[in-house]
Amino acid sequence: MSNEAVLHSHDVHSHDDHHGHHHHESFISKYVFSQDHKMIAKQFLITGMVWAILGGLMSVLFRFQLGYPDAEFTWMKDLLGKWVNDKGQITAESYYSLVTIHGTVLVFFVLTAGLSGTFANLLIPLQVGARDMASPFLNMLSYWFFLAASLVMLSSLFVETGPFSGGWTAYPPLSALASAQPGSGTGMDLWLIAMALFVVSSLLGGLNYIATILNMRTKGMSMTRMPLTIWALFFTAILGVLSFPVLLSGFILLIFDRNYGTSFYLSDIFITANNVGALPNEGGNAILYQHLFWFLGHPEVYIIILPAMGMVSEVLSVNSRKPIFGYMAMVGSLFAITILAFLVWAHHMFVTGLNPFLGAFFVLLTLLIAVPSAIKVFNWLTTIWRGSIRFTPAMLFAIGFVSLFISGGLTGIWLGNSALDIHLHDTYFVVAHFHIVMGVAGIFGMFCGIYHWYPKMYGRYLNNTLGYIHFWVTLAGAYLIFWPMHYSGLAGMPRRYYDYAQWESFKQFGDLNKFITIVAMIVFAVQLLFLFNFFYSIWKGRKVRSQNPWGATTLEWTTPINPGHGNWPGEIPEVHRWAYDYGKDGQEFIPQTTPVGSNETNHH
Amino acid sequence: MSTTATGTKWWSGGRSPFNVEYGKLMMWYFLMSDAFTFGAFLISYGTIRFSANSWPDPNVVFQSFPFLGSGLPLLFVSLMTFILIISSVTMVMAVHAGHRGDKKAVVWNLVWTILGGLAFLGCQAWEWTHLYHEGAWWGSNPFANADGSTGHQDFTNFFFTITGFHGFHVFSGVVINVIMLIMTLNNVFEKKGHYLMIEKAGLYWHFVDLVWVFVFTMFYLV
Repeated sequence: MSNEAVLHSHDVHSHDDHHGHHHHESFISKYVFSQDHKMIAKQFLITGMVWAILGGLMSVLFRFQLGYPDAEFTWMKDLLGKWVNDKGQITAESYYSLVTIHGTVLVFFVLTAGLSGTFANLLIPLQVGARDMASPFLNMLSYWFFLAASLVMLSSLFVETGPFSGGWTAYPPLSALASAQPGSGTGMDLWLIAMALFVVSSLLGGLNYIATILNMRTKGMSMTRMPLTIWALFFTAILGVLSFPVLLSGFILLIFDRNYGTSFYLSDIFITANNVGALPNEGGNAILYQHLFWFLGHPEVYIIILPAMGMVSEVLSVNSRKPIFGYMAMVGSLFAITILAFLVWAHHMFVTGLNPFLGAFFVLLTLLIAVPSAIKVFNWLTTIWRGSIRFTPAMLFAIGFVSLFISGGLTGIWLGNSALDIHLHDTYFVVAHFHIVMGVAGIFGMFCGIYHWYPKMYGRYLNNTLGYIHFWVTLAGAYLIFWPMHYSGLAGMPRRYYDYAQWESFKQFGDLNKFITIVAMIVFAVQLLFLFNFFYSIWKGRKVRSQNPWGATTLEWTTPINPGHGNWPGEIPEVHRWAYDYGKDGQEFIPQTTPVGSNETNHH
Repeated sequence: MSTTATGTKWWSGGRSPFNVEYGKLMMWYFLMSDAFTFGAFLISYGTIRFSANSWPDPNVVFQSFPFLGSGLPLLFVSLMTFILIISSVTMVMAVHAGHRGDKKAVVWNLVWTILGGLAFLGCQAWEWTHLYHEGAWWGSNPFANADGSTGHQDFTNFFFTITGFHGFHVFSGVVINVIMLIMTLNNVFEKKGHYLMIEKAGLYWHFVDLVWVFVFTMFYLV
């Protein structure tokens, strides 16, 4: 068969290349234009961390405004120039820019590229038993498109009229009319270019992840022997490959509306701001953009949360020294979530004038997601139930993830009801919900992965004490920041307002807002502690002495402590069992590479 | 290694479960992704058109043929469609010739496919120019609705955006086919021992043709 020849010639090729690591690697080919999936993972991670710090800093700045609307921080003028007015307060325009760019970069650059870009690259080849991704070259391109997107987005912070300020969802007409507000001009052009580049990056990465998982599993690694991380990353990639193109279509129509006089999203409306006046457009529909946006936007939240779920499943099992509870149910729930992710987007649009009859179906489909989500939660709890738990920082973040996913997930059941949503839509209740269930839970999944696989990435450990401080302050801080927002949201406090002191009905939340701001600053400071821990440990951390420091069963721990390009110095190991043989037949754990013994009890 | 023996465990690792190389798998997933891009465009077009009171009649708008004048509804676009479908046939023949390892036939069928693609692009250029001279462009629609009212602005907006996006796909398909032709002439595939890359280019080309069937239906027939 000619196809088989190709498959094998590919294999042979990588043997030749990587068998003995004889080939010369320059600084450029090793660290910059690297085609090694492990290096690309680190590039994604560190770029994502830079964005996390920038995006986090932005949130601290706009929390200043919310917590201290009347204070006069004149020192900020020196720091931020024209973003701050003469009284020392962030201007309304830059407040909206900060909120917009905070949302965009945290959702796309940190929790999509930084999370699945990092761990799909690191874990897929290592855990399925492949020497690298199916196409290392496209994989490299995926990172470079992401970096280009990053640089364009970064440059938009420095343009004269400021970055885009119409919200991370970029709804028209604010996004479609360059004259609508200062940030809608050059800032929006750069935002669109950055996002288009990001879609390309995501597509190239996603195709590679899918092809690698399907085609390049080592001998014996059937689909149902794969660790749940790989299943989660597989469904994440499918979500990305099928939902980002719809966003791209929406963006292309938006570009035409902005630059070429079309009326896809614009109709004959009158806009008073900045003397825009009556638009010449006819027949367009701003709601069309919302449909196209949320067809990506909703799967996007699962693109964020599925990799976190996968890593948490793995870490909970390893550190409880117990097999994951209900492996097939976990895979089935991931699959169900993937399918449902495409069928619920209009629940973001209940108050747009959506037909209530149609809304009823979206309510039903949305609430259905509670079923696979609950299955996953119960399986995590039963996995750690009566386990011999090792409370490593990774394990704490995994447990924290489960806690946050429950807390944030329950409010999703409220918001998924179209009737309740009339009251809750665009209030702080929504802010609390998505920050807990997607934002903080996603970040916790990411931290869980970083602490757990750091020894594989750098051959050293992160400092545990700093890790514990990082975990407890972040967990307590996350709840202290977002829990109160449920109350102000229920009381009707809307999102996106610049200064609540102007409203008699929201003045009562002034002290609460101040409290949230103080906690946000503390949590941000603790992230800097983590950053220190991360970079300090790369060079000075405690060295990993054992090949399998966590006593895990999966394949990445059968590679050398610092694996070269090609991962295994000799043959790729063959797999004989599933990834969760912990505490079986009196043995603490049995690696996937161990052949099945003759008198072993029932075998997966 | 025999792969067709009964009882082969396709999914148990160490082989591709679909018996294809990774590139073809990626192409299939890419085409699914691209189908969603076009799907989003065509559904957007459908929603705007559905919400409009009336829409221009394609039989009135598209009725010209070079050198034959007007009054020939949909004749020219039928020719374009025919050319594109024939180019798919020659692409199939190039892929089959590749299976046989018949380099000469691969070259000739690729040449015909490229010519078909270029002819389609030429036709599109003529059609766009003709419409442009009639006053149609992004942001301007001279064609009245079927009910006689002033033409809906988004008729031309969608027409140029979506046929343009499709034309861009045809253009990139032609570029890919030219690269395939050069590689064939340089014996790249002979050395590799297989012409699988041409199969992947063929998948892309057929997809672009298939999309045209939908674009054609939505803009010219409905």
